[in-house]
This record gives sequence, structure tokens and C-alpha cells, in this order.
Amino acid sequence: MTVYLVRRLLQALLVVFAMSVIVFVGVYAIGDPVEILISPDADQIERERAVQSLGLDLPLWHQYLVFLGNALQGDLGRSFVFNEPALKLILQRMPATLELAFGAMFISIVVGLPLGLYAGLRPNSPVSKTIMAGSILGFSLPTFWVGLMLIMVFAVQLGWLPSTGRGETATFLGVQWSFLTLNGLSHMAMPAINLALFKISLVIRLTRAGVRETMLMDYVKFARAKGLSPARVTFVHVFKNILIPVVTVVGLELGSTIAFSVVTESVFAWPGMGKLIIDSINVLDRPVIVAYLMIIVLMFITINLIVDLTYSLLDPRVRLEGKGA
Amino acid sequence: MKPQSRRRGIAVSSVAAAALVLAAGQAVAQTATIAVGAPVTSLDPHFHQLSPNNAVADTVFDRLVNNDVNLRNIPGLATEWRAVAPTVWEFKLRPNVRFHNGNAFTADDVVFTLQRLPNVPNSPSSFAAYSRPITRIEVVDPLTIRFHTAQPYPLLPLDMTNVRIVDKETAENATTADFNDVRAAQGTGPYRIVSHRNGDRIEFERWDGYWGERAPFQRVSYRMITNDAARTAALRAGDVDLIDQVPTSDLANLRRNPNIRIAEMVGLRLIFLGLDHLRAENENSPFITDNDGRPLGRNPLRDLRVRQALSMAIDRNAIVERVMEGTAVPANQFLPSGVFGHVGDLPPVPFDPDGARRLLAEAGYPNGFRIQLNGPNDRYINDARIIQAVGQMWTRIGVRTAVEAQPWTTFVGRAGRQEYSAFLIGWGSNPDGSHPLRNIIATFNRDRGWGASNRGRYSNPQVDSLLDQSLSELDTEKRERLIVDAMRIAMQDVAVVPLHIQTNIWATRRGFEYTASVDEGTLAQRLRPAAR
Amino acid sequence: MSDATLNGAAAAPRKDRVETPFRRFVSEFMESRIAVLGLIVFTIIAFIAIFAPWIAPQNPYDLAQLDIMDGRMEPGTVGGAGFTFWLGTDDQGRDMLSGIMYGLRISLTVGAGSALIACIVGASLGLLAAYAGGRTDSVIMRVVDLQLSFPSILVALMILAFLGKGIMNVVIALVIVEWAYYARTVRGTALVERRREYIEAAQCLALPTRRILFRHLLPNCLPPLIVVATMQVARAIALEATLSFLGLGVPITEPSLGLLIANGYEYMLSGKYWISFYPGIALLITIVSINLVGDQLRDVLNPRLKK
Repeated sequence: MTVYLVRRLLQALLVVFAMSVIVFVGVYAIGDPVEILISPDADQIERERAVQSLGLDLPLWHQYLVFLGNALQGDLGRSFVFNEPALKLILQRMPATLELAFGAMFISIVVGLPLGLYAGLRPNSPVSKTIMAGSILGFSLPTFWVGLMLIMVFAVQLGWLPSTGRGETATFLGVQWSFLTLNGLSHMAMPAINLALFKISLVIRLTRAGVRETMLMDYVKFARAKGLSPARVTFVHVFKNILIPVVTVVGLELGSTIAFSVVTESVFAWPGMGKLIIDSINVLDRPVIVAYLMIIVLMFITINLIVDLTYSLLDPRVRLEGKGA
Repeated sequence: MKPQSRRRGIAVSSVAAAALVLAAGQAVAQTATIAVGAPVTSLDPHFHQLSPNNAVADTVFDRLVNNDVNLRNIPGLATEWRAVAPTVWEFKLRPNVRFHNGNAFTADDVVFTLQRLPNVPNSPSSFAAYSRPITRIEVVDPLTIRFHTAQPYPLLPLDMTNVRIVDKETAENATTADFNDVRAAQGTGPYRIVSHRNGDRIEFERWDGYWGERAPFQRVSYRMITNDAARTAALRAGDVDLIDQVPTSDLANLRRNPNIRIAEMVGLRLIFLGLDHLRAENENSPFITDNDGRPLGRNPLRDLRVRQALSMAIDRNAIVERVMEGTAVPANQFLPSGVFGHVGDLPPVPFDPDGARRLLAEAGYPNGFRIQLNGPNDRYINDARIIQAVGQMWTRIGVRTAVEAQPWTTFVGRAGRQEYSAFLIGWGSNPDGSHPLRNIIATFNRDRGWGASNRGRYSNPQVDSLLDQSLSELDTEKRERLIVDAMRIAMQDVAVVPLHIQTNIWATRRGFEYTASVDEGTLAQRLRPAAR
Repeated sequence: MSDATLNGAAAAPRKDRVETPFRRFVSEFMESRIAVLGLIVFTIIAFIAIFAPWIAPQNPYDLAQLDIMDGRMEPGTVGGAGFTFWLGTDDQGRDMLSGIMYGLRISLTVGAGSALIACIVGASLGLLAAYAGGRTDSVIMRVVDLQLSFPSILVALMILAFLGKGIMNVVIALVIVEWAYYARTVRGTALVERRREYIEAAQCLALPTRRILFRHLLPNCLPPLIVVATMQVARAIALEATLSFLGLGVPITEPSLGLLIANGYEYMLSGKYWISFYPGIALLITIVSINLVGDQLRDVLNPRLKK
């Protein structure tokens, strides 16, 4: 087990390293940050000065080595745009994104699980068919479009919810959170629902598929034959079995929600990491892009590690290859 | 009649209630919320030469020379200025001015500010250009300062409108991060900063010790909502009181809305097409081929008749009305009338497809040729729509046009490397004709610092020489004549194809009023409660 | 999981081959009336997409046929060229009906094409990772980690920088973004399946690896794969729309459904609903029909749902 974890850790480092190389080369290929950041009436001398002061006059491999050297000392570079440490910028924006992502996850489970369960238990009822048809809406409409429609209906027409922004925050563990104030929650509602739509559909579909398979299994048939109440069969025997894949996928989805709530955050002017990364990509603020992606890749590696560990714990047939194959 | 009188009583009381509500509304109107479309990246007024940053800086700081909404120079921290010798400008400073932290403003602050300009670490676009012409600063007394220049320099007062004065004591050891943390952002302007959440919002508070007109609101919240539709929705939902960069697609609707008021003014940003002047007559331009897609063997854009034809083929009124929905004025040069350097006697470019076809035939292209028109899709108002419209019009005169729009990130670098044959781009000008001439029209020259944004590499020695003379001409009338002459030559030569000058648009909620300006910045002090 | 499932899983494919599997498949598919309806609708859509150049009133990709003076006309208006814009026009004077027909072509090519390629690449790698284990597994899965944490916007920008704009490049970008989802899904299922008796039995018979992978392991991993695939077609089309919305998608003069929606997005607030609404409806119908077919396919092909 320890060998396995150490091995995974080493692999993780390799992946992070690969990521930083790809981003360096990729951003270099996309364009020149100075061209984008500099005032158009700046003359050539001023342009050269800017290039030099941002360290972009060095050859790419040299720039990369400088970055690597600093990164090993925990310095991921300073944003070209904000002149602040990239890591600090990202961490500042992280709570806003985290609470939005968890809010969306919460909604998708609370809504998706019961609906999926129902659709799985009664696959042929008209209600189930409506649920399944409805779930298609969740992932077929582009997020930006649904987001705007939500704003139009609930903020502009009905005036129930604030249109954009994060609202009031309260401090908890030294961090500002919106979900602790009523005003903050009302600001959170629409972006969280917008983000949750796709996931609700996913949960409904996964749950339904799982329930349908599990209901045909012998142990369920046996439980029913034993005369256990349908409720007990459903909630103890079936539910326990389907929860595992659902939770796994939802966990993995959480990763991509945290990483890429870009569109929702920009439509709702939600000051999270997603907005930071899209803004940074637009001006090729390389230090922020690199630092951000390194954090994200670490997060995905961790989530996938947890998933792999869960697989092996849940199903002894999956053995972790500690000693190599 | 009793019920009726009762009803009247209710009516009266409801009027009274309405009055109360209005009064309360005015009391509430001590605060205002602004939503801007472009994010402010720093509170350090000398870190990044970027319009949104400058707009916030002009709320918090003052300049020696401020400008009004028409971009005319008006006294700021200097009450008067004149050239006391050909190479010496003297500025008289305003007495009794205090910074937000209580420090008095003196000539030392000006000296410090000008020294700081070239020395802001890691600046991606510095303000150094404004201190470079100054060879020596002489402090005559605490309220009189003299700038010595190497050559006569008529643009110095204009340069000073870009230099925000900071408090020496506060800023002396401050970093950009200290400004962003508000601590060092202590100016002399009408509002002071209370708090700042990077890329999200800035909270302003009225500075009661301001030397000029008192700011209208006790508090102003300055939010950044970059998504156009979301910004408009926030205004319509009543969550914000003022928005800028109103999308043209919403404009007609907003104008009909009785709760919303539009403020607009023609700005100084010209949208134009740059053409490839770099390749010689007998070279191939990268995105031009003959009608079968084979290399042409020559660069048709070097032929004046072809350039004229491409310009005449464009129905500017159609673009302004249909694509821009009326929020622009068709242009035949860089600056609108009334601005220093506008060429009054230049006729508008006629929309004449037949004439364009004739000119093409004369130039040896009776069947036209193929070209690709490039442009950004996230930079200027309706940029991708405009190039499609131009593509339609060029195709009609036989110049079969492919259109490619891409994000500014990838576009601007390629345009700067002269990779395109024809491209759409914009220029936000200073209110002085020398600015576009020097940066867009003048021959690219690293040592002179000319042609910085001359991406088509147009070059005309006659224009260069007139511009050169104007840059050291202190006599305003003579200087304007030189600039007008240079601009006329360049425009008659179709150095670029001007399309239109954008209108700046703001929208406020009922109860608020915004003073539109020629510059694009959104300044908190220009928002006030509506006059009744 | 119980023995019965294992038997069922192992026995089902073999029994299929004895009976005529195709006929059985068809009759099982036909059991769901709504899935048949989905298939019919999808066939019509595919027909429209393929034959768009012959049935559309206008070639919306030819700038010479467009006139901005016809821009933003309401549905039913007669334009300058003399024919009626039944669904109105967009800001460039593009007939929305023709635009939707051509847009379907691009959206289906981009969506289905990228999903198919990504599915083949991803599923193969996922199977291989699960079956081979060890170093192969580690390498593939770490690349998956890397891929999943790469924002699609950045991938699209890089492709744009390296390869330029074009529909094929959008497909490439989407494949790069999506294959990892398939790989992860298939590997998860295959990890469980490969320890089952029927695989061990196949290994004992010394069948070639390729045969074990694709004839034995893959069919049993199909149900979750089809769930993911049908959703990913939709997701790919929606993702392409989002990329277009951000200016990174297909060329503006050859709009897909997604780009049409994105173009009309701004006009939703100003009452010119048709620019965004009709392409939205077309997109919705397409995706719903694909999913109806996909759902039924999944049920029919799932060996564990066999009665």
C-alpha cells in the first residue's frame, strides 16, 4: 500500500511537471503577452523594456528553468497583469468557486437522486418518461444560454433573486463565504442551479441505470422473495449498491466543476477561479495559467487516487498493483 | 359624494406617500452602484497604462492638467501653465490641496511622481513615455514647477493629463501590491477608496476635503461585470444604477424603457481596416490570390486605385445603421470634427460600387481577386459582424472575400508581425491629431519611436516630414496646419480604410444621471442623482 | 455481485451468435415506441443535414448571397432576394432556416464526429489500461489526469494557434478534450470485469489479447460507455457552442447551430428571439432524438438487463 502511494506520488510529480512544460510551450505558441498588455501607443523602446521586465526576453527554455527554480522554492511566479503572486491570486478566488461547486453538487444530488430512483423503479410510468425527457434538457442547452434565461426570468422579470455578483459574505475560518448569509445565499442560488443542471441529469441517468440493473440481480430478487418490504429492499439493498458509482462519478464531476465553472462565473460575474483563469487566458497571463493548472492537475490526481482506492476497498476483485506488473 | 371625496383623500395621501418615498429615495441615493464591462487590474496609477485602470485612477487621483468630458484640458492640480522659454514649461500648482491621508500637496509630490513613472517594477505597459521628454525638473517654489525639455515640446500639457499625482510620503516605498491593498492608494481626487476586491469590485467613499466640486454620493460601489448581457440584465433588474459599454443589440430596447436613460457621446475610437503596405508591388501578399486561388505575383494593395476601390465599395452608412445600430458615425479620417487635427475639407468617402469596379479594372483587375479579411472577435463593438459586412461588400465588387475572426489574444500578435493582408483594428486616440499620425501612419522607426502600431507598414516621406515639423512647433495654429496637411495626404492616399468612429454609451436607472464623455472611461464623479 | 450475473454475462453473447442477433436486436429495439420515434426524427434530421445544399433556400455560407440590409428581419419577411425568410434572419441577413439546415451539418459532424473518434480512442486506451495494468495503466491514467485538468478553452486556443481556424480543428480540439472521459469510464468498468470468471476462462483458452479485449471485455463495458457516449455527443455539441460563444469555435461565416445560438444570444434581451430561439429548438430536437435512441440502445445491449 505504501509502495503504491509513493509510486502514485512520484507519478503525480511527473504529471505536474509535464503540465507545466505543455502550458509553457502552449501559451508561447498562442501569442505574446506584451502585445496584449501594452498600450498601443507605446513605442518600440517601451515594448522592449516591458518584455525585459517580465522576463520574456530570455529564450523559452531559459524562462522555463527560471520558473522551475522558483517553483522548487514555492514561488509560482507573479501575475503579469496584477503584479501579485499567482498563487495568492488563485487562493483568494478559491473559496468563491468552492462554495459554488459544492452548492451545485448538493443541488444535483438532492434533486437527481430521488428522481433517478423513481425513474429506475418505475421505468415505464409516464412520470418516469417525463423525468428522463426532462433530464435531456439539462445537458443539451448551452450553459451560457440557460444562465442568461435564469437572469431574465428570476432577476429581471420576477425580481426574486439578485442578478449577478456574490453579495454579502461572512467570515468563517478566516475566509469569506457567501453561503453563511441570507443575502449571499440568494446571490448563490442562480449560478449554483446553472452549474447543477448538467449534473442533475447525470445523477438521474446514473441512478436510473443502476437501479434498473440492481433490481434484476439475484440478491434483490432473493430479498424480495424473503418478503422484505419494498421500501426496505429499495433503500437498504438497492440504494446501497447504486450509491457507490453515483458518488464516484459525482466526485469526479466535482473536480471538473471546480476547475471549469468558467462560463457560469462570467455570466453571473461570480468572482471565482474560473473567471480568473478565463481572464488570464485572454491576456496570456502565463504565471497565473501555469499555477492554476498545476493546482488543478494536483486536484484531479488526488480525486482519481481516492477513486482508485475506493474501487479497491469496495471491490476486492480490483487489486492495486503495488509491486508492479 | 362622500365615497368620491374619500377616494380623493386616498389619492392625496398616496401622493404624499409617493413624495415620502421619493424623499426616502433621495436619502437612499446617497449610495450608487456602477457596473463596468472591463476589469480594473490595479489601483497603482503608474503600473499599467490601461483605460479601466486610468478611469479609476482619475476618480481617486488628480493630474496637473485634468480634462473635461470633451477632453479639453482644464486646470487640475495646476492652475495655469505656459511655455516660459521654447524648451521650458512652467506650471503653477494649486494651493491648499490635501491627499486623502491629510498630507498637503506640493511640488515635491510632482517631482516624485515623475521620477516614479519609469521605475515601477514589472510594469507590463509603463507611463515612462510621459517623463522621457523631460530632461530636468526645477522646483521654483513649493507651488511653482518648471519642466525642461531637450527640444521644444508642445505636447507636454497633454502628456500631463496622463500623469496621476501620488503622495510622495505614502508612495515612496510602496509597491504595486500596497496600492492594490488600498493602503498606498491615497490621492487628491473626489472619492477615496475604502476597499478593493481584485477583479470584482471597488468601494469608494466621498472625500470631503476635495478641492473641487463635492462628489454627489456618500458611497459608490464600482463593480466589474464583463459579460455584456449580464451587465444589461443587472441594470434592468435594478441591481446597479449605471452601466457602461451598453451592447448595441440592447440599445433600441433600453431606449424604449421609461426606467432607463441613455447617455452617449461620439468618442475618439476609429475602427478602420489596415492594409498590407509591406510587400512591394511585385511581391505576394499573404492572403491575396487570384480567382483560382493561385498566387497573384503582385501586391494589389500597393496600387492606390485598388485601395480607393476597396474603400469606395464599403457602404459605411449601412454598417453604422445595420451593424452598429446607429451607435457610430461614418468616418473618412481619424478624428471627428471639433478635435485638434480634424481635416475639415476632406469629403466623405462615397459609397460607389460601380466606381470601385471601374477602378479595379483600371488597375488591371477587371475580375477582381481573392482576399482574406482578418479581425478580432472580442475587442471592439461588433468587430466580427463588421468584417462580415465588409466581406459582403467587397465580394459584390468582385473581390471575393473570406472572413476570419479570432480572439484578440491570437490576432494581435499576428497583425503586429504583418502576417495579414487586410485586417480590422481600432485606434482610441488622444484629442490631438499628432497621436494617430505618429503611431499609425508614420513610417515604422524604432529609434524615433514612430509607427508603434503601424501594422500595415504604410510609409510616406511627405507625411513623416510634416509630422516631424509639427512635433516641435509651439505655435498652436501652425502646428494644427501641419497636422491637418499630413492627415489629408495620408487619407487621400488611403493609408488605412477608415470605417467609423464609435459612440460611447452609458445607461442609468431612473433617478440617476451620467455625463457622457468623449473618453471611454467610467468615472464615479460623473454619476449624479437626476435633476428633477 | 452475484453468480447469476456472471453466468448471464458470459452466456449472453454466445447465445446471441446462435440466434440471428441482428433480428433480435431490431425487435428488442422496436419494443420502445418512443425510441423508434427518436430514430425516425433523427433520420429526418440527418437527411436534412446531408441534403442541406439542395433543399435550403439560400447558401448561408456564401457572403455574396447575404445582405446586411436584410439583417434581423422577423420570421415571414420577404427579403431583397425575393424569397421569404420563414424563420427570420440573423444580424448578417442570413436566412435562419437555411442557416439551421447548414448548421445541423456542422453540429452533427462536430458533435458526432468528435464523440465517435474520442470514444474509439478513449475506450481502447481505457480497456488497455485496465487489462494490462501496471506501467501501461499508470502512464495512460496519468495522461488522463493531465487531460482532464486542461481547460477546453486553453486546448482550443492552442489548436487555434498551432493549426488555425476550421471545422476539422474544432473536432480535433473536442477529441483531445473528450477522449479522457471515455478512457476513465471504460477503465473503471473494465477493472471490475477483467477479474471475472469469463475473462479468466478466455485467458485460460489462450485467446489472443485483442480478441479478449474487444470480444469479451468490451461488450460488458458497453452499457456505461453508451450512457457516456450519448451524453457526450450532446456535450460535444454544447461545448462547441460554448467555444463559439467565446470566439474559439467554427469560422463565423460557416456557423454551426451553437454559433447561431451564440450570435443570437445578445438579441434575446431585445426581443429578437428568433435568432437564438430556432437554432436552440433545432439543437434540442437533435439531442433529444440522439438520446432517445441511445437510451434504448443501452438497454438492449446491456447483457445484465436480459430477461
